[in-house]
Amino acid sequence: MLKASENYVRKLIDEGMRIDERKFDEYRTISVETNVIKKAEGSARVLIGNSNVLVGVKMSVGEPFPDTPNEGVLIVNAELVPVASPTFDPGPPDETAIEMARIVDRGIRESKCIDLEKLCMEEDKKVWIVNVDIHVLDHDGNLIDASALAAIAALLTANIPKYEDEKIVYGEYEGKIPIRDVPIAVTIAKISNKLLIDTNLEEENALDARITIATNEKEEICAIQKGGVGFFTTDEIKQAADLSIKKGKELRQLVK
Amino acid sequence: MNELKSEIFVKDRQLVIPGETLAKGLDFLPSSGCYRVNNELKSKLLGLVKLKDRFIGIIPLAGVYIPKTGDGVIGLVEDMQTTIWIVDINSPYDAILPLSEAVGEYVDLNKTDISIYYDINDLIYAKVLNVSKSKQVQLTMNDHRARKLIGGRVLTITPSKVPRLIGKQGSMIELIKNKTKCQIIVGQNGVVWIKGEREGLAAKAILTIESESHITGLTDKITAMLEKGE
Amino acid sequence: MGKKAKMIINGKRLDGRSLEDFRPITVEVGVLKSAEGSAVFKFGDTYALAAVYGPRTMHPRHLQDPQRAILRCRYSMAPFSTNERVRPGVNRRSVEISKVLNEALSNVVFFEDYPKTGIDVFVEILQADASTRCAGLNAAALALVEAGVPIKDLISSCSVGKVDGEIVLDIGGDEDEFGEVDMATATIGNEDKFVLLQVDGIITKEDFFKLLDLARKGCAEIYERQKNAFKEKYKAGEIDVES
Repeated sequence: MLKASENYVRKLIDEGMRIDERKFDEYRTISVETNVIKKAEGSARVLIGNSNVLVGVKMSVGEPFPDTPNEGVLIVNAELVPVASPTFDPGPPDETAIEMARIVDRGIRESKCIDLEKLCMEEDKKVWIVNVDIHVLDHDGNLIDASALAAIAALLTANIPKYEDEKIVYGEYEGKIPIRDVPIAVTIAKISNKLLIDTNLEEENALDARITIATNEKEEICAIQKGGVGFFTTDEIKQAADLSIKKGKELRQLVK
Repeated sequence: MNELKSEIFVKDRQLVIPGETLAKGLDFLPSSGCYRVNNELKSKLLGLVKLKDRFIGIIPLAGVYIPKTGDGVIGLVEDMQTTIWIVDINSPYDAILPLSEAVGEYVDLNKTDISIYYDINDLIYAKVLNVSKSKQVQLTMNDHRARKLIGGRVLTITPSKVPRLIGKQGSMIELIKNKTKCQIIVGQNGVVWIKGEREGLAAKAILTIESESHITGLTDKITAMLEKGE
Repeated sequence: MGKKAKMIINGKRLDGRSLEDFRPITVEVGVLKSAEGSAVFKFGDTYALAAVYGPRTMHPRHLQDPQRAILRCRYSMAPFSTNERVRPGVNRRSVEISKVLNEALSNVVFFEDYPKTGIDVFVEILQADASTRCAGLNAAALALVEAGVPIKDLISSCSVGKVDGEIVLDIGGDEDEFGEVDMATATIGNEDKFVLLQVDGIITKEDFFKLLDLARKGCAEIYERQKNAFKEKYKAGEIDVES
């Protein structure tokens, strides 16, 4: 499994080029397909280049969190399953999977795009629980953006199942999950002191640091997470913010 | 042009912390404990500045023992295989004492279990023969000071404080030995072996030196402590 | 869930602070005997304790790196640290925070100086009143220094945010729960190099830029406090014996 080395990637970037000849602010080909899994209340598959992420939304009924007794519950989980990469081991989510799930969660949660109050059936006792499960099927870099995009695409097309006689009737629906915004996450990577978006797997091996910025329809920032070992200067962060708003607008068109 | 002028910002024995700029310009050279960034020399450690000619180094106030060839160390035998002993020398790196470096005579391995020479939990004073680039440490008993240490007690201090404990030309350690009537062996690895009449008093003095090594008047304080003898 | 009543009145926050004041800060180094290095860092009621063990032999052996030390970081909250008891052990939040703390500290450690070893950093939050990861990171950096681990510089961390429409420094208690935006940051010393940056809440780009500037000022102030802790502790004179 010979891949381009870290040094080669950096050298190209120093010269203003990328391995696959994209521009620094160019995404690979993206495709978004919704309603791919019938048994899920909502689902979407996103391909960014060769990266392939499937997100399913499942709903169940349960108790609300104690500090939000009249709101539904959102839970986001990510599985980096072994089929996706020789580097993914079977087992419970590791720190990479946990971080990714939490980044996607924050974009959705902080933007308040799900009207959680409408998912309350009985204050303090019974609310809808929205499980957003990210299943990474093929890893060729930029899994965060692909997962976040698939998550919001799945939520936008998700339906609330019928609830009758204290039981959920799967397969029959009574309306869509109330979504009132479209948060989009854009990850900007720093390699050799240059900023790029949508790193593929080889570029990710040469990564200094990354910053994921989620923005909403009003072009406001709703969540930011810096990851990876390196650092960002104030200027770089400001550039990243501008880039994420610009690219967020483009990506949003793919799911609305 | 002013950027090219060399300038030193610290005095000998000054306390510095990591990130502190010690000097600028290319006239000054980094010794251990420093790093160069652009034109400046900075400290990597919490410690005392040591100036020698154009070299600036840092004597750390803390830190683990990194074995160096030629060091005399006190270690505990942890394990053994057919022809080697594995010795804990109070370092992140274990040390090996090969049979050939421990025993002068011929040993018939079919008939002999090497534990008759050194067994697990034996305390030894040995010399570091070699430290490879990948930090494999080899010890030797081929030194006039090397031997098994029997009886007595052992304590551990921060390795970088060993010179303070020994003192100028051994003055500090001799002071303690005399006043407490103890044999005391100090390993460069921070392990100290004490055996004699007032082992407790010796230990107390040693631990005091360790915790106050950066404070002036220490010699007087230790002398007084040993005179009072409690 | 009602929104809290006004949290900023006449430029003063609930605890009497101005918008750009820190809560009372406590810094102590070398507080534990067993660990190679240790430190306490407090922002008001938020109390973080960090301990460093190592560099030490790395177990299991197959995880050793023959050329560098490996840094392992564990952030954990004591069960009694919050109003509602926290179940002891690891949870997803603590895993994520452990990861970002590790990434922040990794910017300054001289890993190549200690091949094959492991350096373990443990952060325990003994009492939580917001900004726990910031307090934890400040304590961890101090503990590394105290342990004699060679580092380029300290890591200095603080939180900023938006409360009642105002930009504020050092998010405390209720401000975390009822404020609009919460941002955790850390820099390498007082340099313009952010090694930790997490933002939760809706904020315009312009306000975000203001938060960045305030964060830099805040981190620079924390850096001074951290450095002073060592100067205080080791009020050294001249030493009369050479090495």
